[in-house]
Amino acid sequence: MKPCSFEYVKAESLEHALAVLVEHGDEAKILAGGQSLVPAMNFRLAQPAVLVDLNGVGALSGIERVDGMVQVGAMTRQRSAERSSVLSAHVPLVTETMPFIAHAQIRNRGTFGGSIAHADPSAELPAISVALSATLQVTSSRGSRSIAASDFYVDLLTTALEADEILVRVDLPIAVPGSGFAFAEVSRRHGDYALVGVAASVQCDASGVCQQARVSLLSVGPGPVLSTSCAAALIGERPTTRTIADAAAATASDDIDPEGDIHASARFRRHLARVLVERTLTRAFARAAVSAGAAEQA
Amino acid sequence: MSTRVFGEPIRRLEDPRLLKGKALFVDDVDFPDLLHVAFVRSSFAHGKIRSVDVDAARARDGVVAVMTAEDLGDYWSPGPLLVPPPPIKDIEFNNRTQVPLAKGKVRHVGEPVAIIVAESRYLAEDARDDVFVDIEPLDPAVDLEASAAADAPKVHDDLASNVAARVRQDKGDYEKAKAAAAHVVSGRFFYDHGASAPMENRGIVARWDDRSDRLTVWDTTQAPIPLRSGLAGLLGLAEAQVRVVAPFIGGGFGPKIMMFYPDEVLIPWLALKLGRPVKWIEDREESFFSTTQERSQIHHAEMAIDEEGRILGVKDHFLHDTGAYAPYGLTVPINSQCTLLGCYRVPAYSSSFEAIYTNLPIVTPFRGAGRQHGVFVMERLLDLAAAKLGIDPVGIRRRNVLTPEEFPHKHGLIYQDFTELEYDSGNYPEALEKAATEIGFATFRSNEQPQMRADGRLVGIGLVTYVEGTGIGPYEGARVTLESDGTVNVATGVGTQGQGHFTSFAQVVAEQLGVEVAKVRVTTGDTDQFHWGTGTFASRGAVVAGNACHAAALEVRRKILDLASQQFEAAVEDLELLDGEVRVKGVPDRAMTLGELAVLANPMRGAVIPGTEPGLESSRYFGPDRGTTASGVHAMIVEVDPATFEVEIKRYVVVHDCGIVINPLILEGQIVGGVAQGIGNAFYEKLAFDEDGQLLNASFMDYLLPTSTDVPKIESHHIETPSPLNPLGVKGAGEAGAIPVGALFAQAIEDALRPLVPDLTIAEIPLSPDRLFELVHGTGSDENSGGGSQ
Repeated sequence: MKPCSFEYVKAESLEHALAVLVEHGDEAKILAGGQSLVPAMNFRLAQPAVLVDLNGVGALSGIERVDGMVQVGAMTRQRSAERSSVLSAHVPLVTETMPFIAHAQIRNRGTFGGSIAHADPSAELPAISVALSATLQVTSSRGSRSIAASDFYVDLLTTALEADEILVRVDLPIAVPGSGFAFAEVSRRHGDYALVGVAASVQCDASGVCQQARVSLLSVGPGPVLSTSCAAALIGERPTTRTIADAAAATASDDIDPEGDIHASARFRRHLARVLVERTLTRAFARAAVSAGAAEQA
Repeated sequence: MSTRVFGEPIRRLEDPRLLKGKALFVDDVDFPDLLHVAFVRSSFAHGKIRSVDVDAARARDGVVAVMTAEDLGDYWSPGPLLVPPPPIKDIEFNNRTQVPLAKGKVRHVGEPVAIIVAESRYLAEDARDDVFVDIEPLDPAVDLEASAAADAPKVHDDLASNVAARVRQDKGDYEKAKAAAAHVVSGRFFYDHGASAPMENRGIVARWDDRSDRLTVWDTTQAPIPLRSGLAGLLGLAEAQVRVVAPFIGGGFGPKIMMFYPDEVLIPWLALKLGRPVKWIEDREESFFSTTQERSQIHHAEMAIDEEGRILGVKDHFLHDTGAYAPYGLTVPINSQCTLLGCYRVPAYSSSFEAIYTNLPIVTPFRGAGRQHGVFVMERLLDLAAAKLGIDPVGIRRRNVLTPEEFPHKHGLIYQDFTELEYDSGNYPEALEKAATEIGFATFRSNEQPQMRADGRLVGIGLVTYVEGTGIGPYEGARVTLESDGTVNVATGVGTQGQGHFTSFAQVVAEQLGVEVAKVRVTTGDTDQFHWGTGTFASRGAVVAGNACHAAALEVRRKILDLASQQFEAAVEDLELLDGEVRVKGVPDRAMTLGELAVLANPMRGAVIPGTEPGLESSRYFGPDRGTTASGVHAMIVEVDPATFEVEIKRYVVVHDCGIVINPLILEGQIVGGVAQGIGNAFYEKLAFDEDGQLLNASFMDYLLPTSTDVPKIESHHIETPSPLNPLGVKGAGEAGAIPVGALFAQAIEDALRPLVPDLTIAEIPLSPDRLFELVHGTGSDENSGGGSQ
């Protein structure tokens, strides 16, 4: 379990890293936290010719509130996001989700942007980026562009990033009054990849009518799956136990196409998806009601 | 004596070295001219080798040698049969053992085909990618039942079938017992065990030294002395020319007692041949193939009971998957056969099995070593019988456990140590009642469970028993030497893999010599220090090597007292050993340190009485008549999430009897570690081979070992029934914790799920949330299961 030989470049700046990508194209691979890439290299499943290390580029780390967004630098450690008071105040779904990502030691090295750019279908951050309608800021030597999270995940471990582009920042909209959220997953052991996970982000008006219901599932498709059934069944309605259960059942039967593996059959995954969508939506709407009530009092 | 050390919870003497990173492990052994090895392994479970092209690998810079089976010449030969079959009447055994490198045919995925030696492991692995192995795939024998069939693909072409062995043992007349029975319960039981997954994989370093004309081998083996003797024979060296060191080892659990793995044959040979030291450290991925493991048995068993629930007889036939070769003979299935009867009075037993060759990695003992499989069958049969009669799991066991008056108890079977299986001592009713009381079995069933069920919670309780045959022969030895600074050196031949031998053996010796345990320096697993012995297996370190240490310490004590008696002109009875001194009782100024006595015992000038042995030293050996039987009861309360089928262990109680306890802290570690491995076996670990014999989960990402969040606090309790078979009265404790856990999971989860499926019988291990979902909702197609079960 030793990697093939490769060239290592420690990027001194974002521009330097971008220049290396231009030079080597597909042969180069970005090293962020290395928590997925390095094991893959040790198994010789990944054999990049050039490794471009972003760990020295300080400008890519940091968490900041700017207007209606919280901007998270791509190289921000997952552990920093987990402990961020800015995120817990304004994008609490992130705070709730972080402990489910592997183990603390891994989150100390793993980066916020690295997980999103790797696009593992079992990873939590891609799923919540979709539930939260995050905007992904990417840069290349050709210029910069923004990509909506829902357009970013193209296929298994494949994103809209071009070979010369680097994900530099993740912009997360801040929670508004009347919004609620929840994350839940079932895994074999704490810290394992989830058999199924669900991130729910909802919003209700002052009268309790649902305005938005973004439910994103992980481990049930080639990437994060946004439930269309939940949006269709709940938006414009006052959520009830019954409508939530129906939305969960429709999501499990219509929106996802899980595969079976040695840990869970496709059928069990569908079952878990229904259970977890129901549980997360129930919790998210309860929080939305509290949030709306608090806004009204204020 | 002022302070006893034997039996005290003394902290492990070896831990400071380990915690500071100062202990030597095999991979710490380094030399400037060290060469590194990578193996080319078969990617097919079964196939004909057409050719192996190593030219490109040989041409790569930094590659020193590449060898295939052909290149080994006369050195190529199948490994030894380590344990011949026991003397059981009409036994059939078709012996096939592993080879250093596959020749002609590959028989399991991961079987080595070529070995690459290079300047670094990186280069060796690069060269591995250069080797082209042309294999014509053959249908593999993977599924156990299919492999046993007459038309199955043959693992060994020269055998008539895949049957490695047929064994039958009978006591009493089962058919007669059945005819008299009020009820007969029966079932098909599947029990799968897994990889031992020690924290430290296997590894070996070999170095030939021209100047001393000796070979030194550092190896993660549990059997350094047999390895030394065997290597000397293989390499044409005198035994005195070979030193094997088994230094600190990060866990063994059985597969490291297996000997002459291909690497153990090849690396010392290459070190001699190439004139440079050679190292191979097994990586985690290859350990799933290159280290032996345990796997499944399928039992068809029945139990005849009378109207009161007393066992009249048990009948069992099972298939045992032994993998591609059977170098460890029949130890695992014989353990299953002999441990099945457990703590119970069974007048008639008819048991037969077939060990089957399959195109899967080799099976040899792994902690429990087949005992789990037998215990699972017996405990499940008892639960079926209890259900039939409407009594609870404690009640059925209460009626059938052996009582203290029934010891010694002969089951009428031949055990793995070739002797007649005889339980030496035990108090099974006391252990049973203690466990039932500690877990609160009766009140849980009468009060708590009904209330929780009324709240929609799925909670269950279980209680199972087990025995563990431990401390078998043939023998171990120890040398105790008192040094002139008062240090006591103890050397023994067993290797140590984390069991705390440095402390427990020190306690045994310190107790006799009246010194602090910190004054006792224990060396294990270095053939230059002690070169007689067999190894660490079958929970025998404390029993066999411990009693050898005790015997040697007693002899040194006698020598100390004799010498002091001459010096003080006092009778031996008037002397005492205390705080590192010999004293005349009641005369405080008449004392000498043990170091001073050691100097006197080794005169540098003058004359001694002819025949006098120098020093205060003794080597002694201990060989028991037969193994001693430990026992215990495990009980637990579980809760199953009715929607996700996640299982939470609410409480876990162990009542354990391993005779006299040397060190309760070390014993606790053995029990807790064993239960953790048992939990892994019962609910997390599964070697998932597909129909082609490919392992689908050869990493710790997918081979799920239980972590600290999956193992609950273990509430352990002990009773001490001394063994009459050894002077210390001890029994082994190494494997007990792991043995009954699968049976307990099945019983407790079945109880928890009863509101959903009243007639559920769980007859398999391992379980998982996915499998529990299937047991409750059926194995339907991939349809929407949104309706739920309620």
